[in-house]
Amino acid sequence: MSAVPDTFSVPKGVTRREFLQRLQAMGGLLLVADGLQIAKAADAPKYGAEGMPHGTVDNPLVFLTIGDDGWVTIIVHRSEMGQGVRTGMPLIVADELEADWAKVRVEQAPADEDKYGNQDTDGSRSTRHFLDPMRRCGAAARMMLEQAAALSWNVPVSEVRALNHEVQHQKTARKLSYATLAKRAAKLPVPTPSALRLKTSGEFRYVGKGGVPLIDGHDIVTGKAQYGIDPWFKDMCFAVIARSPVLGGSVREFNGEAAAAAPGVQKVLKMPAPVAKATFHPLAGIAVIANSTGAAIAARKLLKIQWDDGANGSYDSDAYRAALQESSRKPGKVVRESGNVDTAFKAAARTVEAEYYIPHIAHATMEPPCAAARIIAGKCEVWAPTQAPQVTREDVAKHLGFPMENVTIHVTLLGGGFGRKSKPDFAIEAAILSQAMDGRPVKVTWTREDDLHHDFLGTVSAEYLRAGVGVDGKVSAWLHRSVAPSLATIFAPSTNHEVGAELGMGFINMPYDIPNLRLENPEASAHCRIGWFRSVSNIPHAFAVQSFVAELAANANKDHRDYLLELIGPARKIDPNSLHDDWNHGESPQRYPVDTGRLRRVLETVTQEASWGKKFARGHGQGLAVHYSFLSYVAAVVEVDIDDEGRIMVPRVDVAFDCGPQVNPERIRSQLEGAVIMGISLAMFGEITFKNGRSQQDNFHQYRVTRMSEAPREIRVHLIPQSDWSMPLGGVGEPGVPPIAPALCNAVFAATGKRIRRLPIRDQAKRS
Amino acid sequence: MELQINDQSVTVVAEADLPLLWVLRDLLGMTGTKFGCGMALCGACTVLVDGQAVRSCVLPVAQAAGKKITTIEGVGSTPVGAALQGAWQEINVVQCGYCQAGQIMSAAALLQVKPQPSDADIDAAMSGNICRCGTYTRIRTAIKQAATHVEQTK
Repeated sequence: MSAVPDTFSVPKGVTRREFLQRLQAMGGLLLVADGLQIAKAADAPKYGAEGMPHGTVDNPLVFLTIGDDGWVTIIVHRSEMGQGVRTGMPLIVADELEADWAKVRVEQAPADEDKYGNQDTDGSRSTRHFLDPMRRCGAAARMMLEQAAALSWNVPVSEVRALNHEVQHQKTARKLSYATLAKRAAKLPVPTPSALRLKTSGEFRYVGKGGVPLIDGHDIVTGKAQYGIDPWFKDMCFAVIARSPVLGGSVREFNGEAAAAAPGVQKVLKMPAPVAKATFHPLAGIAVIANSTGAAIAARKLLKIQWDDGANGSYDSDAYRAALQESSRKPGKVVRESGNVDTAFKAAARTVEAEYYIPHIAHATMEPPCAAARIIAGKCEVWAPTQAPQVTREDVAKHLGFPMENVTIHVTLLGGGFGRKSKPDFAIEAAILSQAMDGRPVKVTWTREDDLHHDFLGTVSAEYLRAGVGVDGKVSAWLHRSVAPSLATIFAPSTNHEVGAELGMGFINMPYDIPNLRLENPEASAHCRIGWFRSVSNIPHAFAVQSFVAELAANANKDHRDYLLELIGPARKIDPNSLHDDWNHGESPQRYPVDTGRLRRVLETVTQEASWGKKFARGHGQGLAVHYSFLSYVAAVVEVDIDDEGRIMVPRVDVAFDCGPQVNPERIRSQLEGAVIMGISLAMFGEITFKNGRSQQDNFHQYRVTRMSEAPREIRVHLIPQSDWSMPLGGVGEPGVPPIAPALCNAVFAATGKRIRRLPIRDQAKRS
Repeated sequence: MELQINDQSVTVVAEADLPLLWVLRDLLGMTGTKFGCGMALCGACTVLVDGQAVRSCVLPVAQAAGKKITTIEGVGSTPVGAALQGAWQEINVVQCGYCQAGQIMSAAALLQVKPQPSDADIDAAMSGNICRCGTYTRIRTAIKQAATHVEQTK
């Protein structure tokens, strides 16, 4: 349990309980802070959306309007970052509303959780948490339209029926359009939840179907779409900031004269001092404000800054890796134990052990962090590509010293998020700089160097595994140690163990049928900003476990698929609490058990679809991995073709995915295709290293990502059909990534006999 | 200085070495062209200069003066550009969409010289454009579909 010993700075207008609740939800932090516990023992635990700050809202008068022209406007309160939420949420409302999709438009909600419910777009939660509230919104509005029509015709409401943007009275063959009914309907009482008639799944028009074009598709391909980097005003000025290269560092002295004299420069100024807890606070530094971003970038090079590096100035990735690995070889805090591992190891016919290393990874969203702000008459407007609108609003208000009602956050499209844009430091910077410029509109843009030097990085991890194996190859004892600095350190720097949300990502909740097992989490400290990266701790945990199982199968001379199925064991539903996972993605353990039957099914499906077991020539092979995360089940088969120089080509990837019922299958496929490519990218090239406390990667030549020529030629996504809409939904955005790296490395082993235990792969597939 | 952008003549006051990207985005408010790296490594800022795909983040504006500049806001007026934008939508290529302006501009330059590109042609022309969301397989499909469409409507 991670205690947070001292005070958090709680924004004005936000209760402390609410603030802690959000932190808990965001990080799964088990916070027990100075006597204030989030959930008192007497409280019934709140799960899912109701466990999030501000929960859900299902009032149709909040989320939709129907104009005199018949256009339905649906408000989307979650952030669009490529996952398709601006299409998916309205699609749910429109379906229950019996609206014609061609007459639906979408508006983005500003930050306002009192009005809209929770807006934190992270944790693969949007559809999972808002399918039901959005259905209720649409259904309530449909019933109000029916009621309005019935009143107009003076017939019982049971005789009328909404169908495709109009209400019909079949007996008299009369029809009234939604446009005609809207005004009258809006004045009627909103039906109570118990009175609502939701559609049956057989009545769905859009949900679960294909053929719905993306709401922003046209604007994006014609250059009209508005991202966070795009707001533009005639009197706007443009800023870049030279930030402390080391976390916690500060400006000792600086000379900005040359920069201030450079063409186009309007102001050079010092940013606020750093604080002990990184949180989402802007880093210390010097801002250059000019008449174009290009002029500001050029002038920034002329700044002369002496930095005080502070406590993290000696952070060195080589030394840190050695230290992490050393820790992983020694006993650490036991986080789960069953049977008697030590006895079982002694009795085992043989033991197998392996160590894995997974480095820091940077999000590298194609749109770097950026935001614009202006202040007029004491009211601040911010345009930001933020995954956390309400947090952004609270933090901007706090930093400006404004009451929260005087801060408006316009949520733009996000040019990629992946967890980076849950931390609104960039939006706070824009607001601070606008204030310093007397309220003029200021746009802050992070250069790619800024992004790679100052990210909230994916953690770095050493994983040690040892298995005791019988003469039959079966695992009788399993020891796994995971050592990684926690993302909770940005809130509580002294945190030195993985917190619940990190343990619960494929480590502590590993469901394999092994009689004697011990999981340990030795200590680690953080020396840079660590944060959520799409799939978070599932990435290192899945890489280690899925690589190790492949090693065990090879060691036992058994087929990897058969070995995995045996290890998973029979189909059963496991209570996460019985695995010591008291986080469970914030969901009810009863509603969301770990279902090994579903795990088996994705594994069986993917191997069948990929013709698992077919023979390949030397240098060519298939690799397999399976993983459960964000309440969804994924298995992948990666096929590789490796030339004599060790260059890895990926002709084909098959993915089987079970997230329960599928609202927008087309976007689910696209998320999984993207996860495959991101997974390959991270496995092949993804690494940020530190020397003297400084990130060593400047731009895409040093932080490589997969390009067109290196991408798989073919990605086949196999969605497991689930037609029972009472079944709870799993997440979609994140679970596709974790199995890719181990499946790829297992394929490299199949093709070359080389076992890769340290990421990234780079040229490790080269034949020696 | 005088620039020809999307068949319109535009006068701007700018330092000669200011990259074209910032002239478009910050001085003219034409924000369809995106910033991604500033080093011609990612292709987000791709525009056409006299029909060639150019990374506007490293092109001094003075070097674009007197030449025909085409951006994502204007490429749809060409048959190839319109076909690409159409195919992109039919296939639902985009995820976040941020890199896609640059992708479409690179693809437009490709189809001008290779109306029926092979996979190797697509690799060569498109590998300077990064997509972090991972839409490459759909981009490849969309380029081929657009090529077919242009061929059929000739």
